[in-house]
Amino acid sequence: MTVSPPEQPAIVVRGLSHYYGERCALRAVDLDVRRGEILGLLGPNGGGKTTLFRVLATVCAPQQGSVRILGDDPKRDLAAVRRRLGVVFQHPGLDGLLSVAENLRCHGAMYGWTGRRLDERVVAVLQRLRLEDRANERVATLSGGLARRVELAKGLLHQPELLLLDEPSAGLDPGARREFMDHLTHLRETEGLTVLLTTHTMEEAERCDRVGFVHRGEVVALGTPAELTATIGGDVVVITAHDIDRVRAAVGERFGYDLRLVDGALRLETPRGHEFVREVVEAFPGDIQSVTFGRPTLEDVFVHVTGQRFWDQAAE
Amino acid sequence: MSGFGGVYALWWREMARFLRQRSRVIGAFAQPLLFWILLGGGFGLSFRPAGTPTDVDALQYFYPGILVLVLLFTAIFSTIAVVEDRRSGFLQGVLVAPISRARVVLAQALGGTTLAVAQGALLLALAPMVGVPLTLSAALASVAVMAVVAFALTSLGLVIAWRMESTQGFHAIMNLILMPIWLLSGAFFPVAGAAGWLGWAMHLNPLTYGMGALRRCLYFDMPTAVGAVPPLALSIVVTVAFGAVAFAGATAMARRG
Repeated sequence: MTVSPPEQPAIVVRGLSHYYGERCALRAVDLDVRRGEILGLLGPNGGGKTTLFRVLATVCAPQQGSVRILGDDPKRDLAAVRRRLGVVFQHPGLDGLLSVAENLRCHGAMYGWTGRRLDERVVAVLQRLRLEDRANERVATLSGGLARRVELAKGLLHQPELLLLDEPSAGLDPGARREFMDHLTHLRETEGLTVLLTTHTMEEAERCDRVGFVHRGEVVALGTPAELTATIGGDVVVITAHDIDRVRAAVGERFGYDLRLVDGALRLETPRGHEFVREVVEAFPGDIQSVTFGRPTLEDVFVHVTGQRFWDQAAE
Repeated sequence: MSGFGGVYALWWREMARFLRQRSRVIGAFAQPLLFWILLGGGFGLSFRPAGTPTDVDALQYFYPGILVLVLLFTAIFSTIAVVEDRRSGFLQGVLVAPISRARVVLAQALGGTTLAVAQGALLLALAPMVGVPLTLSAALASVAVMAVVAFALTSLGLVIAWRMESTQGFHAIMNLILMPIWLLSGAFFPVAGAAGWLGWAMHLNPLTYGMGALRRCLYFDMPTAVGAVPPLALSIVVTVAFGAVAFAGATAMARRG
């Protein structure tokens, strides 16, 4: 295992913009991915994270701005970048009519692996992901979770230094999702692999070393989950009420707080949430429908940064 | 870039997929057999297109034409795999691998060629049983010509398939191209019998030369059965050039998409 110095990031993106015709999908994005970290790009669909993924995966060439992947410029030496890059797309890329091992061998051959070296590597990767007893099963007969793990095995087969995963847990049940993340974390720890993944689930993002929020074509926040949640001062209180405008005005008048109205609910970030909850419930006993109170989550950070609820965006 | 392991792997995958889909295997055997039965049963014997050499029976005239038809359908419809691979997601993984697009296209073209020639050879092997004379050397030369024709046709199919998003669109466009190039290749009626613009279209149709080369190889020992087709050398040169141009076109399409 070799750990490169932290001053040489695995990915350096500067001023990357991308357009689909008139529509701007990425606006002057800057992003550094450090060696050996798991970085999650979190954001609603249509926010630009898939476009960013496609550029980094060498599906699309960068239109404006610069991209360095493992020190190489994909515009100058595409094959060199591709050899060192493992990509797992959201859409399954396995051939259902081939067995697990056949899929891996076919993939390895395209990366220039041959003969005994390839055979041994296939066995090693299957063992690594505990798939060895599935080697000769056709992919079409596997469960969703197992097929996903074979996708991961395929992405890792040619020993990439950097692994890119687009929505790796889409369509998996929570158990399979946790297991998949366990595999990734384990690989990062044992092989020093750098991982960049996109996700729209908070629980997956919380297991990443760092998380970047991608919203309307920009990386609007980036940090460890702890750093991001710390940007919210204390607790998060969410209030729903029959006459929400009146309650909002009255709370402002009486307590001096400016509550944000987000998707029909009032939100407040405050270091002393428990006191505020007690006071507000006592002050407006008949008006308030519900009050929730908790430590901030990444979802709260998203609301904080964008002023919008995450799932409203996703539904757009 | 390493050797041709990737080309072999992708070609092998096409073969494995074919052999594992029973309906495709049955269809591949049934199609030449069906044509053989229809031809042997006297279809076309009462039908004599204008310009057919008078001392050649209709069966001898149509047999090479049907061989080319079998090649045409199998070669070009095998390229529908590109559309399916794009939809299934398999192609995406190929496109981010460090293998050149030319090699990906080569593997696809060789896959279609293999399947087409296998079917063509099956129909060819049945020829003596319906009274079409066949010598070993004629058969070998014919298979070689069929391989070049099939490679060219598969590459032509790939030019179109690489830009296609749906299989429906693929069928529509293919039928618009396929039937005319077969009908105007001399497979159905000789160039000599076609007047005016039709004759010109047949002279410009690259498949006319593949058809001509096949007739000349198949009836090498009986020149009267060949009829009025382009000379062998010209036919081979044009057919090889057709293959090279179609392959270059398919590679260019693959680089764009």
